[in-house]
Amino acid sequence: MNMTAVSISKIVKRYGKKKAVTTALHGISFEVQQGEIFGLIGPDGAGKTSLFRVLTTLLLAEEGTATVDGFDVVKDYKEIRKRVGYMPGRFSLYQDLTVKENLEFFATIFNTSIEENYDLIKDIYSQIEPFKDRRAGKLSGGMKQKLALSCALIHRPSVLFLDEPTTGVDAVSRKEFWDMLKRLKEQGITILVSTPYMDEAGMCDRVALIQAGRILSIDTPQGIVRQFGKKLLAVKAGQMLPLLQAVKEHVAVADAYPFGEYHHVVMKGDGRQELADYLTKKGFEFELKDAEPDIEDCFMGLMKEE
Amino acid sequence: MADKVIIAEKLTKRFGDFTAVDAISFEVNRGEIFGFLGANGAGKTTAMRMLSGLSMPTSGKATVAGFDVYRENEKIKRNIGYMSQKFSLYEDLTVRENIRFYAGIYGKSSSFIREKTNSVLQELHLTGEADKLVRSLPLGWKQKLAFSVAIFHEPRLVFLDEPTGGVDPVTRREFWNLIYEAAASGITVFVTTHYMDEAEYCNRVSIMVDGRIDALDTPGGLKRSFNAVSMDEVFLKLARKAVRTAD
Repeated sequence: MNMTAVSISKIVKRYGKKKAVTTALHGISFEVQQGEIFGLIGPDGAGKTSLFRVLTTLLLAEEGTATVDGFDVVKDYKEIRKRVGYMPGRFSLYQDLTVKENLEFFATIFNTSIEENYDLIKDIYSQIEPFKDRRAGKLSGGMKQKLALSCALIHRPSVLFLDEPTTGVDAVSRKEFWDMLKRLKEQGITILVSTPYMDEAGMCDRVALIQAGRILSIDTPQGIVRQFGKKLLAVKAGQMLPLLQAVKEHVAVADAYPFGEYHHVVMKGDGRQELADYLTKKGFEFELKDAEPDIEDCFMGLMKEE
Repeated sequence: MADKVIIAEKLTKRFGDFTAVDAISFEVNRGEIFGFLGANGAGKTTAMRMLSGLSMPTSGKATVAGFDVYRENEKIKRNIGYMSQKFSLYEDLTVRENIRFYAGIYGKSSSFIREKTNSVLQELHLTGEADKLVRSLPLGWKQKLAFSVAIFHEPRLVFLDEPTGGVDPVTRREFWNLIYEAAASGITVFVTTHYMDEAEYCNRVSIMVDGRIDALDTPGGLKRSFNAVSMDEVFLKLARKAVRTAD
């Protein structure tokens, strides 16, 4: 059965007064199904945190409605607070309490105990349990993250909100974190996770690309890539900067930008042969091949359309 | 010697019995874009603090911009620029005030500041925003401005600590354009990043594991020696060997 875990309709969030109003969310709508890992992907300032704070009842929206687990974020805020887990972007546990004390504190607030829900957090908590008597402030970054996740889970929430859990985290730890989330999903918990790293989209069931308070696209990662709709090429040569300049000047090219080892070239039509002939004539020794767009290509394409 | 901006020989930093940076040796050439990679806790920040004159090494040798890290750390500070994602500009000063403040700290003359401010504002297309508070600028603009401010006093070397974290993909590429321009003008760029595609944009890349530099080469050279298709794969192969955990 497909059940809606989170439903958001035309949410508008503004900050400031009169002359200095900033609109953080411009009428956002989407739904998240139960048991999904749903990714909110966008740069800093896109509105990810504002949306999470509206959904966790910590912030009131100026317009629009939203429900979490069937409850209204304004009217039923107390019900929602019992049912959601929230891991904010900034570490916000008690630095002077030990690992175990922090976890006990959160369990007690929600009228439960570590023992009662140990099976849910075991996978994560067991990794920091050897340090259970250490103060939270003395933990390493990775251990803090695991403790924060354990605390957000200890009352067995039905929906888990993770605000940029992998920001500033290296590539290895990021992969480990996503493996943990996949195992949590198997326990039936709906997970909303935000990230500025485009390459993490592939770990989600569905993603919303968000930029400047607006949703650019919502789909499965594969669906978003399919919508790219233009021919994409990858090119490299000894001199990458002059190559980029030359490629950009060709009439068949809609856009070109550095993309790791290669430059990605978005074509207006086909035109691969014309581009190759042109680069040969310009004297480049180059490698030109077809490329598969990824989420970052799609994000940039959508940003430039806006 | 003049074209080596950083020379480190067995540079080491210990905190108690913990060796944060374990005898690293490397050189960085003038005008080079040098990527300084490593997992969290590998020792990158400690190494950068020693190289920027903020922290005394326990042992080893190093010169930065020709100055000794033990005896001439004040001179090092004058001859480098620094920018990070976390700290860059004063939000409640205007664009122009931020530039004047930083340039003033580095002892630049009023006429130098006045002339250069205009050219920097033009390059960044910020002339119309010069008297607006930095707070009101979009993040991408702030980061580009912060970089221009960090190299305003024309240092020989600039340290960039995760300068593009959280920045959108279009702005991230514009930012790298600024880095290329700075390098072309002779400023050496020493940059850390968690984006592995950005490692490809560096002339050479070092990867720290457990306080040591485990690999140092061009991106192409690293991929060949680790038999990897991408820098991401090189990084994972190396960083997975790490014994100590992140701090």
